[in-house]
Amino acid sequence: MSARQLMVAGIGLLLLAGCGKEINRRQAVYVLVDTSGTYAKEVNKAQNVVNYLLGSLQPGDSLAVGRVKSRSFSEKDIVAKVTLNMDPIQANGQKRKFGEEMSAFTKSAKGSSGSRYTDITGGMMQAAEFLTETGAHTKTIIVFSDMQEELDYKTVRDFPIKLDGIRIIALNVTKLDTDNVDPRRYVSRLEWWEERARAAGATEWRVVNDLEHLERVFSGRG
Amino acid sequence: MKSLLFWPEQPLLSLLVLLAIAVPFLYAARAPMQDFIARLTRALSNPMRLGSHWLARTATRLQVRNREVLFAHGGRELKLSIEREFERVTTLVERDLQGYPAVQRKLMDEITHIEEDYKRSSEVPPPPPEWVKAIEELAKIKPNGDGVVERILADIRDSLDKIYQKVVAQYRRAYEERHNILKRCLPFWRSASQTLTQVERNITGLQDSAAKIDSNVSRLEGIFATRSDVAHALTSSASTQLFISGLVMLIAFGGAYVNFKLISLPMSAMVGGGDYVTESLRASEVAALVIILFETLMGLFLMETLRFTNLFPLGSVTEKMRRRLMWVSLTILLVLAGVEVALAVMRDLIISADVALKQTLGGGGEVAAVEAGWVTKIPTVGQMILGFTLPFALAFVAIPLEYFINSGRIVLGATLVLFLRGLAFALRFSGQIVKEAGKLAGVFYDVIIFAPLAIERWVAAARENAAKDSPARPRPALGKFATADNEEAL
Repeated sequence: MSARQLMVAGIGLLLLAGCGKEINRRQAVYVLVDTSGTYAKEVNKAQNVVNYLLGSLQPGDSLAVGRVKSRSFSEKDIVAKVTLNMDPIQANGQKRKFGEEMSAFTKSAKGSSGSRYTDITGGMMQAAEFLTETGAHTKTIIVFSDMQEELDYKTVRDFPIKLDGIRIIALNVTKLDTDNVDPRRYVSRLEWWEERARAAGATEWRVVNDLEHLERVFSGRG
Repeated sequence: MKSLLFWPEQPLLSLLVLLAIAVPFLYAARAPMQDFIARLTRALSNPMRLGSHWLARTATRLQVRNREVLFAHGGRELKLSIEREFERVTTLVERDLQGYPAVQRKLMDEITHIEEDYKRSSEVPPPPPEWVKAIEELAKIKPNGDGVVERILADIRDSLDKIYQKVVAQYRRAYEERHNILKRCLPFWRSASQTLTQVERNITGLQDSAAKIDSNVSRLEGIFATRSDVAHALTSSASTQLFISGLVMLIAFGGAYVNFKLISLPMSAMVGGGDYVTESLRASEVAALVIILFETLMGLFLMETLRFTNLFPLGSVTEKMRRRLMWVSLTILLVLAGVEVALAVMRDLIISADVALKQTLGGGGEVAAVEAGWVTKIPTVGQMILGFTLPFALAFVAIPLEYFINSGRIVLGATLVLFLRGLAFALRFSGQIVKEAGKLAGVFYDVIIFAPLAIERWVAAARENAAKDSPARPRPALGKFATADNEEAL
């Protein structure tokens, strides 16, 4: 085969490479915002995280924000959700709309007194359901909470949950007054959640309290 | 290892004792061991020698083939060069010599004009009239005081003065006319001079082309004669071409990269921004790459149909089809350049929207529209111009590409010959080293068993001396010494 024929064949192969099977590299992120009790005042920080995500997500990615309240396993608790269009200009418009919805939610959450109980497990189950439906390659639940679950006597959550293929990031896990008295409570609470998440099939468990360097958490695509 | 030593705390002594035990066995195994070493070295060195021979022969064959390719390539280049020179000569001849009869006619006319005018200007003034002699005779008459004669003479003088003035005026007029004729000649002279200069220039151009043709023909003769100096010249020329074309292609790659960066983002609006073809390669990036490669391909076809390059075998294509192909390539290239202009505008739109969104999300609220002066449009216009010009610039990459491929073949062949020869030398050298190492191992073996060997030599010498003492009785060999003694005893 002469050099010329080789060159032509190479160009042809390169052109054919573009027609291969597509690889799913889409991301789906579910931000679970705790609006119970005193944590409701932290909702501003949650908005900053969502804004960061809006700036970094690519066309085709999905984002949803759900609130954690007394019982959170409900579609009604999804504040806003979007799957970005493949066209970057349209995706830009969707991001803008999502930002407005999140802003409205922040205002309303700050104005309210906060729920009496905290159903984090229910919120996680709802998030897992949403993320699985997106069919994204990388699925992430960001839990913006102090991770102190409190349930009323009627709510049942003491059963194994399924978080297969999902990574969990607990953001801004604030210390409670009781944690200050005995820090072991804080450590054991986080350990309990990690154990539960791993048992549920989560691929990763991380606790991040420094919100200044979110790019380290979301660097790369899966 | 330590288990082999009799006294591990005294390794040297243990080794010496081991050696002492081993020496008789080594002596007994000397002949087969020497044979083994010799065979082993032969088994290693012979394939190396054969491999070296094969590589050297291959290198020679490759060199011959390279030479053929080199001469063929050089010959083709020279033939093309000669053809171009002939085309130039033909153009010159057609342009200038076709009009030569007209030039000649013009020159002849001008020369005729000049000749006529020269003749007219060289006309001598009319000879002095006949009456001058009569006047001379009258002038000889001496004044004798006669009033009549004096009056006649005065009349004659007056008449002569008048005639003289008239003649002088006529003479001056004649000269003025001749000067005027010569003045009218000037443009003809100039024109003739210019025509001749032009002819001279054309002839010089022809002479230059002829000199080039001569030079190329003599080089071609050298190629046909497969002269070594021509081969060296062609190889070094190919190396230079490879370097220059490589440099130009590197610059072209830079241009292609800029082009890629320019269109990969807006392509996401056409093929989807979140689709991936491989783990890290987006579909939009592949699409941008395909567009750039397509532009390059159209450039290759354009250059090919314009006969700037000769990469594809288009010899069987008719001239009409070639022209059609050229127009098709040019049209596609123009369309792609137009697409790139549109993509450049879209890129600007996407970036502006993204910046605005980030500002909004950053807490700045709705950003007031910036005063859109003409200065703010410079980047957009710049991107549009780049988007339009880069495809055409990429089209020219076909020319260095052809030189790169052709010269690369020659340089690669020459490098391969060098490599093969180097490898052949290394193999031959290694084979020789193995051979010598085998000999050295045999000698070293003998050094280890020097004591029994010395005894053997001593015994052999003793036997020889004994044989000299009794020459009538032949002595058997060392191995049969005991048997012979027994026979003697019997």
